[in-house]
Amino acid sequence: MAPVAPRSGDAIFASVERVNAELFTLTYGAIVRQLLTDLEEVEEVNKQLDQMGYNIGIRLIDEFLAKSNVARCVDFKETAEVIAKVGFKMFLGVTASVSNWDADGTCCSIVLEDNPLVDFVELPDTCQGLYYCNVLSGVIRGALEMVSMKTEVTWVRDMLRGDDAFELQVKLLKQVPEEYPYKDDE
Amino acid sequence: MAAIYSLYIINKSGGLIFYKDYGSAGRMDTNDSLRVASLWHSMHAISQQLSPVAGCSGIELLEADTFDLHCFQSLTGTKFFVVCEPGTQHMEALLKVIYELYTDYVLKNPFYEMEMPIRCELFDINLSLTVQKERVALLGR
Repeated sequence: MAPVAPRSGDAIFASVERVNAELFTLTYGAIVRQLLTDLEEVEEVNKQLDQMGYNIGIRLIDEFLAKSNVARCVDFKETAEVIAKVGFKMFLGVTASVSNWDADGTCCSIVLEDNPLVDFVELPDTCQGLYYCNVLSGVIRGALEMVSMKTEVTWVRDMLRGDDAFELQVKLLKQVPEEYPYKDDE
Repeated sequence: MAAIYSLYIINKSGGLIFYKDYGSAGRMDTNDSLRVASLWHSMHAISQQLSPVAGCSGIELLEADTFDLHCFQSLTGTKFFVVCEPGTQHMEALLKVIYELYTDYVLKNPFYEMEMPIRCELFDINLSLTVQKERVALLGR
């Protein structure tokens, strides 16, 4: 019998090793600050954070699968739920919710009420275009790509810009077939 | 004594990225191990297509007269398989543990490049410990 997929990441969160939340938050802040110094352009920093997230995501997905015991998701709806309920809990210690589904079930919003990355952050006027948490969107994009889903992840709401929550829009662009050999003669 | 003969890890394109043998039985040179890995990769893919059941995820266990081959494929396409003495128990669980070790000590190593051969000392050490424990458990029964 297949193992029952967890509906929440609480149990896994309790069992994995953790670091001090403040150390985590401050380290992330230091990275963003350094990128701003090095790259100067806010747009470039957004890009770099996304790329860093992507590089994390393509490795993180295996740890997620190995330790969470989730089985293959039947559709993109389940995938989004699993990311919000299990994934975010396991790696960030917070739970997100999924909403705003479009009609064909390929686009939704992941809403974070609580985000440990921004605990001490206030965006200065010079950085208004910065997506401070852009690493997260990269992580989701990278992780889903490794399980054959090409996605586009963008920020819709950002508390640092005065919104009431963090909202990520995840859009499924295409599902790459896993079948091997890939038909290259067509 | 039930024994594990060897362990293979294949990346999603069928390249052998890790091979280790345990003990003298079934020992292979580098060329043979590469051959087994690519053969297994192809057979696994063919088995998926030949299976009468839709959504088949490939061969999990191959039983032969002189060995058993247990295979586990992660959803990201990496395959882990052990060759062991016929009838050896708990190999699925062992492969799951090895997958976890791989995520901890290979993927989290910033100097490891994805899809490349695994040369990570921490992985080797923890893997030996795990396999040893497995052997002790087998001896104890």
